[in-house]
Amino acid sequence: MKKLILAVAASILMSASAYAEVIKIGVVGPFSGPFAIQGKNFKAGIDAYIATHGDKVGENTIEILYRDVPQADPAQSKALAQELVVKEGVQYLAGFYFTPDAMAVTPLLKQANVPMVIMNAATSAIVTKSPLVVRTSFTTWQTSAPMAKIARERGVEKAITVVSDYGPGVDAENAFKTTFEKEGGKVVESIRMPLSTNDFSPVMQRVRNSGAQAVFAFLPSGPTTLGFVKAYNENGLKQAGIQFLAPGDLTQESDLPAIGDAGLGILTTFHYSLAHNSPENKAFVAAAQKAIGNPAELSFPSVGAYDGMYVISKMIEATGGKQDAQKAVDAVKGLTWESPRGPVSIDPETRHITQNIYLREVSKGADGVYFNKEIKTFEKQPDPGLAAAK
Amino acid sequence: MQTFFSIGVDALAYGMILFVISIGLSVTMGLMRVINLAHGAFAMIGGYIASYAARDLGLAYGLAIAIAVLGTIIIAVPLERFLYRRIYGAPELTQVLMTIGITFCVIGLANYVFGPTLKTIPLPAGLQGPVDIGFRTIAAHKLFAIGCGVVVALALWYLIERTSFGVKLRASVDNTAMAAALGVRTKIVYAASFALAVGLAAFGGVIGAELLPVEPYYALRYMVTFLVVVSVGGAGSIPGALIACLLLGAIDTTGRYLVPEYGEFFFYLAVIAIVWVFPRGLMGRAK
Repeated sequence: MKKLILAVAASILMSASAYAEVIKIGVVGPFSGPFAIQGKNFKAGIDAYIATHGDKVGENTIEILYRDVPQADPAQSKALAQELVVKEGVQYLAGFYFTPDAMAVTPLLKQANVPMVIMNAATSAIVTKSPLVVRTSFTTWQTSAPMAKIARERGVEKAITVVSDYGPGVDAENAFKTTFEKEGGKVVESIRMPLSTNDFSPVMQRVRNSGAQAVFAFLPSGPTTLGFVKAYNENGLKQAGIQFLAPGDLTQESDLPAIGDAGLGILTTFHYSLAHNSPENKAFVAAAQKAIGNPAELSFPSVGAYDGMYVISKMIEATGGKQDAQKAVDAVKGLTWESPRGPVSIDPETRHITQNIYLREVSKGADGVYFNKEIKTFEKQPDPGLAAAK
Repeated sequence: MQTFFSIGVDALAYGMILFVISIGLSVTMGLMRVINLAHGAFAMIGGYIASYAARDLGLAYGLAIAIAVLGTIIIAVPLERFLYRRIYGAPELTQVLMTIGITFCVIGLANYVFGPTLKTIPLPAGLQGPVDIGFRTIAAHKLFAIGCGVVVALALWYLIERTSFGVKLRASVDNTAMAAALGVRTKIVYAASFALAVGLAAFGGVIGAELLPVEPYYALRYMVTFLVVVSVGGAGSIPGALIACLLLGAIDTTGRYLVPEYGEFFFYLAVIAIVWVFPRGLMGRAK
């Protein structure tokens, strides 16, 4: 009897697998620890995609496997990616919040025959490390450079840059400085602060004494942003008329309630605002807010993940579920679609996403919710960082 | 000259906030001889309670501080009774392991209950915004923090050096058996001083929240700074902790103002130098 049941069970299982493949996608990101909220956003974006598009691509069913790298840790990221490829047999690797985590995995892709879809890591150079990398997020250069143009348009002659002293901070500084000086402005001083800075008062005093008309700032999203914005207000820089400019990392939606009224009027440039006015975005936000549970926690990594899933679904369509990394990547080169953030496409050369960058102002809605109001659009921005790196 | 004053004011404010949070740790480590790595966790619990009381329940700031301090003590007392009491006098490693374990539990719980986002404690109108102090503007809540630091320092010094509770505490710490034989109820004295230390942590967590925002990793993020203050000042010494905070605050602020690219180099250089010359801290007591 027991044997019979086993045989029946086995035959059901075997026949099921003969009809449709289960395609596994491994997602590496920070799902616990200090950056857990960003990992949660990855998951919310992916869940929103599955909720709106279903978990089937053609005949094939997709299955997501999550692996947790709480902080930037290249060795662990590589080990987990290896495990996903070898033990779990994933056909796609995705996620990657931190640049070093993504960089550590690129050498594996070719041999594993697996494409990598980066849903956040924002350093320009990653896409050059392997021809199998596609990115659906943004780069710090892409979001920072338009801010320099805005500053010039608004009549700023002299600016000062203040960034956290780590990779993306230095990227932001270079992006702003290069563009700003090309446009005829002058960066009077560039301050790099240690990542662990808590009290920004001394920095603000220096900004004030520098005689600059605007301060361009970059800090990683999270606790430090709050202190920085508060210090800007409390040290009288706002009253002194020194403009606050930054890429949108500083005013990500999940930090806005904490910053509160102090943030009103801050100008940022970024690729995505939850308040972007389009039917695609409304549908996405509704699905993602449901997926994440607490709507206040939704932020920009979710849209990178959502679009990442779209790109992967196109890859699966093109390969018919067969494992062929190069064919999959080739299929999405030049892919154009309407993302929740606006019209986007995958640049065939760089495999990075070309997208609109928006100038936004932190505003307060009638319902008391703070949001990033889009007030100007820079259309179809490629990544200027790669050109600058050459 | 203006720069000098400007740095001075910032250093004073930063130092005082550090002092209010760290002094409780100095009490547990110096007087009770417990290496309490969960100190930051208690400060964080205070911050969360105050945030909940002031923001979600809409209570007044002063009331929120009181609720935060009392609430944290209420949470801490059973911990003292069932966990900490077992490790009084235990080897340092045991203490470190247990208290770091408590810290991780608190981080996990905070993440689960309050979520990973930042929590703020809304300030009353009087403490919001900048105040002009002649040569520059400074945040009103920083002046408030400086005031709190002074009050805490004086009150604590009076309590430990001048009251009968202080005498009993010092006696229990120096020789528990002898103090007990003389009729001091050492267990109660220990529980009370633990509650005091935790209450101070919560108080510091609340008034320092503008500079050190409340989020689940608060408990670990700032712990190194608190430990440095205690080791530089000398565990258990109130004047020592005060001097350490002001000194380290000054070095850190000056460094950040004049040469930010060196990061925390000068801060830790100073720490190494001080601990090298004074291995027990500036005003530490010999064992």
